[in-house]
Amino acid sequence: MIDQIFGVWNYWIVFILMMIGLYIVISKKSLLKKIVGLAIFQTSVFLLYITFGKIAGGTAPILTDNVNEIYSNPLPHVLILTAIVVGVATTALGLALTVRINKAYGTINEDEISASDLVEYHEKYLEDKK
Amino acid sequence: MMPFIIKNLPILIVITPLMFSLIVAVLNNNRLAWTLSTFASFLTMIFTILLCFEVSYKSNISYYLGNWPPPLGIEYVIDRISIIPIMIVSVIGLIATLFAHNFFTLEIDEKLVSKTYSLWLLTIAGLIGLITTADAFNLFVFLEISSLSAVALVALGSKVDRKALVAGYNYLILGAVGATFYVIGVGLLYGVTGTLNMGDLAQKIPALGLNKSVIVAFTFMMLGIMVKAAVFPLHIWLPNAYAYAPSPVSVLLAATATKVSIYIIVRISYTIFGSSYEIYSFESLRYILLYLAILAMFAGTIMAIFEKDVKKLLAHSSVAQIGYIVLGISLATSPGIASSFIHLINHALIKAGLFMSIVAMGYYTLKRIDVKTIAGLGRQLPITFFSFVICALSLAGLPLTVGFISKLYLIKAAYMSEGIWLPFLILVSSALSLIYIWKLIEGLWYNEKSLKIEKIKELPEIYLPLLVITFLNVYFGIDAGLIIDNSFIASDALMSGIK
Amino acid sequence: MTNEFYIYLSILTPLIAFFTTPLLSSNPNLRDSLGPIGGIITFYSSLNIASLYLDGEVLSLTFFQISETLSISFKITGLGVIFGLVASGLWILASIYTIGYMRGNKEKNQTRFFTFYSIAIFAAICIAYSGNLLTLFIFYEVLTFSTYPLVAHKQNEEAKKAGRLYMGILVGTSIVFLLPAIIIVWVLTGSLDFSTNGVLKGNISNEYVPFLLALFAFGIGKAALMPFHKWLPAAMVAPTPVSALLHAVAVVKAGVFSMLVVITYVFGIDFLTETNGAVWLIWISSITLLLSSCIAITKNDLKARLAYSTISQLSYIVLGGAIATNIAVQGASIHIVMHAVGKITLFFAAGAIYVATHLSKISDLNGIGKSMPLTFVAFFIGSLSIIGVPPMGGSWSKFYLMLGSVEKDYLLVIYILAISTLLNVYYLLEIPAKAFFQPKRTNIQVTKHPLIVYPTFFAAMLTIVLFIYIEPLKDITNLISGNQ
Repeated sequence: MIDQIFGVWNYWIVFILMMIGLYIVISKKSLLKKIVGLAIFQTSVFLLYITFGKIAGGTAPILTDNVNEIYSNPLPHVLILTAIVVGVATTALGLALTVRINKAYGTINEDEISASDLVEYHEKYLEDKK
Repeated sequence: MMPFIIKNLPILIVITPLMFSLIVAVLNNNRLAWTLSTFASFLTMIFTILLCFEVSYKSNISYYLGNWPPPLGIEYVIDRISIIPIMIVSVIGLIATLFAHNFFTLEIDEKLVSKTYSLWLLTIAGLIGLITTADAFNLFVFLEISSLSAVALVALGSKVDRKALVAGYNYLILGAVGATFYVIGVGLLYGVTGTLNMGDLAQKIPALGLNKSVIVAFTFMMLGIMVKAAVFPLHIWLPNAYAYAPSPVSVLLAATATKVSIYIIVRISYTIFGSSYEIYSFESLRYILLYLAILAMFAGTIMAIFEKDVKKLLAHSSVAQIGYIVLGISLATSPGIASSFIHLINHALIKAGLFMSIVAMGYYTLKRIDVKTIAGLGRQLPITFFSFVICALSLAGLPLTVGFISKLYLIKAAYMSEGIWLPFLILVSSALSLIYIWKLIEGLWYNEKSLKIEKIKELPEIYLPLLVITFLNVYFGIDAGLIIDNSFIASDALMSGIK
Repeated sequence: MTNEFYIYLSILTPLIAFFTTPLLSSNPNLRDSLGPIGGIITFYSSLNIASLYLDGEVLSLTFFQISETLSISFKITGLGVIFGLVASGLWILASIYTIGYMRGNKEKNQTRFFTFYSIAIFAAICIAYSGNLLTLFIFYEVLTFSTYPLVAHKQNEEAKKAGRLYMGILVGTSIVFLLPAIIIVWVLTGSLDFSTNGVLKGNISNEYVPFLLALFAFGIGKAALMPFHKWLPAAMVAPTPVSALLHAVAVVKAGVFSMLVVITYVFGIDFLTETNGAVWLIWISSITLLLSSCIAITKNDLKARLAYSTISQLSYIVLGGAIATNIAVQGASIHIVMHAVGKITLFFAAGAIYVATHLSKISDLNGIGKSMPLTFVAFFIGSLSIIGVPPMGGSWSKFYLMLGSVEKDYLLVIYILAISTLLNVYYLLEIPAKAFFQPKRTNIQVTKHPLIVYPTFFAAMLTIVLFIYIEPLKDITNLISGNQ
């Protein structure tokens, strides 16, 4: 039982981070916090990949004379390097959009944005009626 | 020169728009940017056509990126299956690029237009890359390239309506969550098989027997892509994104983006996991897709009936049409998948035509294209209206249009595997779709015009793309052999992988 | 010049008229003459096709091979010859009449009207000569869509509503019932081609036959079987030449023609008799026949009354098919011709009355017969033909229908036919009776247009001619289900 929890503790951390991230994306009203949540969510996946690649006691995969040396799998690390770049791009685009939304609406709260859209819709409706 | 091109065709169709997008980004001249983009998409289409001929007698082209053989290196595969969506993206890409110029200069800040074209080409490159790659992780990269640039394009609609920003933001967040889900699935698969190549995965998965990681991986990957493909009920980002995007972006995304994601669903469920179809008894799983598809058909259609904003209405109808396509996939028979491919192609033609003609009418109303503002425009813009009517009837599946052909084969496939109740549901939903189509046609034709703009005349610049799409809608509705044969070849190839 | 040339000629002539009409919009005389000329050419080639058919030659041609089992192709069948002759022959009369009506009534958008008129005829001819169910379905839908602008010609709120009902019922039933029926046939037999003795025998288990037939019967909304008949009275908002086209030439006849084709060439008469699959259809059509006659009596609007009369007459034809003997089908196909000629006479007369006096209520027609005698005599003759009194053509088809039901021992059907005839007498003859024998109520200005009156009278004469020269029709209908 203890082994099941602590023996695979890195998976538990991945799991907890993933849930925290998703929770923030779903529940928070602030557009900025959603992006933070998304970043945490993505980071948890990065950790998952690196956990796969790591072999306990293995060294870095550098070519040496010792053929029998145990080394960690380099491919997941490389993949995650790509994924980090993608994650940065996503965060950057999200932040840029948030800045623009703040300019257009004067707020980055989801509820206030939809309220403001509703007001706009209603005004147009009244205009149409005239 | 020519052998070199032929040899490198699989990468050329991705690299060409990618390179041109870099060049276009630094230009200051908008017209030049448009010309170059058109040239780039034209080149891409030429390469695609060459590739078509290659594939038709080789049937399978495998290309190793940087000459690294798989499973270590990245492999690009072009076969009789993937050539169909590539063709859709490159042809619609060219037509939409031709169409785009008037609208981009009108709807986007002048300074940003050339950058917009850069994003535009990037989207096309990402979509084509998504189809060609046979590497599960590389697919994720292209997924993000295409959707990040698509988000930026959607958000550019903010000059016309600030809601575009929020629509783009939601698209971004949902898309990123979906893509991350996909990566989780790929990671789990890599953990148990040690490979990322799709063909390799297909070979190694059955050897694992009943394995929980594989089931979880399948679920994550499918869910992730279903968000991108806007399969009901994961479609909520779609209507707003299509409705508030700049007009040409709506055309491009509606016709291609979701189609490519659906193609990936097919790839995942039939190429990667098809070989272990029996082991995991996906037979029961396919019913989930089937019922979701039926719900999508009705939910999309009913939402469209009550919608007033025309672009949003068309987007809702896209949700329903995606339902038809997914329904064909979920039948898991060769005719079923073939009918999905037929509708994949045909719906791209239909939606491109509909969005083009509607936004062309919206050119004068700019901000809102709703049922009221476009009332009576049909009589002022007869050619645009004509194209709209043809494409709309095609959407409803009336004979002599492509929509009829896809409906014919979809219903046949549904009847053969599920009996009479499924065709009946399909037909009821398509009869319901007549209601919103008729609402639009009637509004355009009858109602007195409500616009106070004096000079309304057609835009001759868009005749070529619009009439080409309309012609294709009719031509492939009559002489449909090409589409049908190729779809059946593709579906037979896919089904041969299932054991 | 091969014999297939006549199929091309009869199909392409209305299509050419369709394309050239908009080009000639600046020259109304030339534009309007396209109709009669096209009609004569089409009728001529239809006559040739008919005589070739009687010589035993099987004409067929394929336009597009969509896939191995799907094609758009044409083949001459006995029923097709009859419908082709009716559609092309009455197109001549109707187009002459239309010129008079449109000009006499000073309608707007005449070019659009004539354009869609020719495409509707094109679709009707294609239906007549279609060689498989797919072609039939395609042009069935083309016919629906091409007549929509005609029904909604006036472009007011009422026309819009009627158009909606028209499209809703016709397209809705065809998509929800007819299309799956066709696909089921496709899946069961592997092809959609027509065959003289039906294609379904041996491919479907007997207990499913009535259900499949029901999908067809209700899917073909143009046959106006209750409860899908509402579109027909609704479409009466259209100008009268359109009503003539809808109710005599193209639309409803395409519906019953499709019904007969399905019964004889898809199911096969013998197969239906064997399985008793069509018995329910006899009763449904009998109910439609009686109910719509009763409704017709209550209508005071002239065109609405004629519309309900049409619904009842169409049920005669469906009934003939449902009885499923050679003689009954022969009677049904003769009734296609007779009812077409009779009903077009009545509609022409109704239109003539409207153009001359702008009256459309039956109760207003008192005493008007003396001012326009020729029109009302024509109306009277047409009514007699519909009722089935010799020496009018309509008597033949009723005779054959009754023979058919005797052959199958459906005595109740004979009573129903008799009752319906009595109802016909009541609701049709009331009109000329009022016009001739009631005193004139108000002083009404009567303006006549020669292009309206003469086609009307000519159509009435045609009903008498058809009574005498019934032989060729009999010969053709004899060949329908392959017997000699």
